[in-house]
Amino acid sequence: MMGETSRDVIKRFSENHLKNNNGILLGQCLTAVGWVGHTIPELTENDGLVELSMADVAGGGIAVGTALSGRRPIYVVRYQGFQWFNAPMIVNYAAKSKDMWGIPCPLFIRSIAMDSSGRKGRAMGPVAGNNHHGIYFRMPGVPIAAPITPKEYQAVWDYFMSHDDPIYCSEHRRGWEVDFEIPDIVEKGADITLFPISSTRLNVIEALAELKELGIKCNVINLLWIKPFKLNNKERRIAESLKNSKFGGLVIDGDYINGVAKGMAYDLMHEYNSKVYALGLEERTAGFAPEKDNLPPTSKQIITKIKEIVKSSL
Amino acid sequence: MRSEIKELTSGLSHKWDKTETLAMFEKFCDIRYFEYEVKKAYDKDIIHMPVYLSIGQEAISSSLAVVLKKFNPAIFAQHRAHGMYISFGGNLDELRDEILHKGTGCAKGMGGSASIHSPAIRMYGHDGLMGTQVPIGVGHSYSQNYKANKKDYSIIVMGDASAEEDYVLGALGYAAHKKLPILFICEDNNLSILTEIKVRRNWKIVDVAKSFGMTVAETVDDPWSIMSHAKNLSNNLPAFLNIHTARSVWHAGTGSDGPPEWDRFDLIKKDLDNIGLKKEAEEIENNSKEKMEELWKTQL
Ligand SMILES: Cc1ncc(C[n+]2csc(CCOP(=O)(O)OP(=O)(O)O)c2C)c(N)n1
Ligand SMILES: [Mg+2]
Repeated sequence: MMGETSRDVIKRFSENHLKNNNGILLGQCLTAVGWVGHTIPELTENDGLVELSMADVAGGGIAVGTALSGRRPIYVVRYQGFQWFNAPMIVNYAAKSKDMWGIPCPLFIRSIAMDSSGRKGRAMGPVAGNNHHGIYFRMPGVPIAAPITPKEYQAVWDYFMSHDDPIYCSEHRRGWEVDFEIPDIVEKGADITLFPISSTRLNVIEALAELKELGIKCNVINLLWIKPFKLNNKERRIAESLKNSKFGGLVIDGDYINGVAKGMAYDLMHEYNSKVYALGLEERTAGFAPEKDNLPPTSKQIITKIKEIVKSSL
Repeated sequence: MRSEIKELTSGLSHKWDKTETLAMFEKFCDIRYFEYEVKKAYDKDIIHMPVYLSIGQEAISSSLAVVLKKFNPAIFAQHRAHGMYISFGGNLDELRDEILHKGTGCAKGMGGSASIHSPAIRMYGHDGLMGTQVPIGVGHSYSQNYKANKKDYSIIVMGDASAEEDYVLGALGYAAHKKLPILFICEDNNLSILTEIKVRRNWKIVDVAKSFGMTVAETVDDPWSIMSHAKNLSNNLPAFLNIHTARSVWHAGTGSDGPPEWDRFDLIKKDLDNIGLKKEAEEIENNSKEKMEELWKTQL
C-alpha cells in the first residue's frame, strides 16, 4: 500500500491554508481540468479557490496583488514554460517589495514541470514541459526549492509560512506520486558526487544500480533548495563528500544547462575546490518527435556522462 | 446550448453559388476524414505526442478558404490548426508525417500536431504558447504593409481562451491603430481545455475589438454565414469575426465526453439536401473518405 504521497501533502497544506489561514489559491483551469492532477482541494471561490482568466501576464500580477494584501496566495502555473509570461511582476515587484518599500509580498508559486519519459501522448516538445527555474534563478529575492518527496514539500511549505519571501516551488509531476524519502549517500572512496535536482533525482536512483555494476561508486547529495544554497544545510556533508570523490562532482538538472546547473557547479567548484561538472537539458530547441525532444537527463545519459568524466579525469 | 446562440443555421445556403458551396463541403470532408484517420492512428498507439483535432470545427477553415484563398493570405493559427492547413491546401503527406513524428513532416518532426506550418501556403508555425500568433502576426503584417500602396492580407486565428491573453488584446489595439489588412478569427468553442468562458470573463471579444475601432461580426459556424461575413469584412480590414463552434473531442487526444452541442456536419448535409445537392455531396464525402484512407493506409 502507498503511504502518504507528495500529492497528498500538497493537497493537505493547500486545504488547510484556505480553510484556516484566510489563504487564497489562484490559477488557470483549476477546477474543470482535473484539479491540477488532484493536487488541489475541491473547494470553491468562496473558500478562496480562484479561477483566473487566461491572461498569463496579468495573472502573475493579480497573484502579486493578493500577496500584497497579506493573503499568502498559492499561485499555480500549470506548466513551467508559461513562466515566461507569468514571471514579470513576480520578479520585478513581489521580489523587490520588501527591500524597496518594507512591505513583504509572500506568494507560493507552484510551477509545474512534466516530461514524456516515453509515455504515450506525453511528449511535450518545444514549450511547456521542463523545469524552468532558471528564469527566476538569475534574479534576487525569490528563494527556489525543487521538492520531490512528501517531507520536502512539507518543509518548503513550512519555510514559506514562517518567512515573508515569495517562494518558487519548482515541481515535477513525477514527484507527486512519490511516497518515500530519498536519503543522501556519502561513502568513503567514492568516484564522484552527484547533485541531482527535481525529477532527475528519480533517474539517478535508477542509474545507481548500473553504475555500481560498472564499478563506479557515487555519492549523492539531494538538493532541495536551489537558492539560497545554504538552506540545504549540507555544507559539511558536501565538503566531506567532494573531498572523498576522486573525480569531483556533477550537478544534474531538469532545466536547460545554461542556468542552475552551471551556476551551481561554479559555486561548488569555488567553495570546495573540486572539479564540478554540469548536466541539464541540451542547448537546442526541443521538438515533438521522440528523438527530437529535449528531456531531463535520463539514467542512461547520466551514466554516459559519468563514464566520460571518470575516463577523462584519469 | 450556450445562451447567446439563438439559431444554428443561417438560411443563407441557397444564396451561394453551387461551386463554392461544394468546394467548402469538400474541404470540410477532407478535414473530417483526415482527423478520423489521425484518431485511428492515435488509438492504435502509434502517435506518441498530444494531438489537437479540429473535429466539429471544420466549417470555419473550410469556409474561410473558399472566399479568402484568392488573396493568398499569410496565416497565423494556433495549436488546433489541422483544419486551416488542410483547407488552405497544405501538403497532406507532410501533415500526416508530422503527426507521425517523421523527419519528412511539414515541420521535420519538430512541430508535432500543435506547431504545423507550410511556407507553400504562407502558414507560419505556432510555438505552443497560446495567443502568441496574434502579436507575431500583427508584426508580420505591419512589416509587410508599411509601404502605403501594399496590401498583403493576413488571417490570424485565435481561440476563445487565447483571446484573453494580455498580449493578444494589446496586439489587436495596435492592428486597429495601424489599420492593418488582417482578418482576426476567433474559433469560439466556449472552452479553455474544459473551462467555460463564463468562469473566465464577462465580456465579449467582439466588443473589445469594436471599441478598438475594428469592424466586427459574430456568427455560429454555419458555413454560408461564415463565407458571407468573411467576404464582407475583407472590404473593411482590420476586422474581427467571432465564430461559435462545437468541439466534438477532447482538448487533446481523441476521447470525448459525450455528443457535442451540435454536429455541424449533419446540419450542413441537411442544408445541401434542401438545395438539391444531396447526390454531389455524397460523392464528395465518399471521395474524401477514400482519399484519406489511402493517405494513411500504409501507416496504419
Ligand atoms: C501562455 C500559455 N498559457 C497557458 C497555456 C495552456 N493552454 C494550452 S491550450 C489552452 C486552451 C486553449 O484554448 P483556446 O485558445 O480557446 O483554443 P482551443 O483549444 O479551444 O482550440 C491552454 C490554457 C498555453 N499553452 N500557453
Ligand atoms: Mg477554446
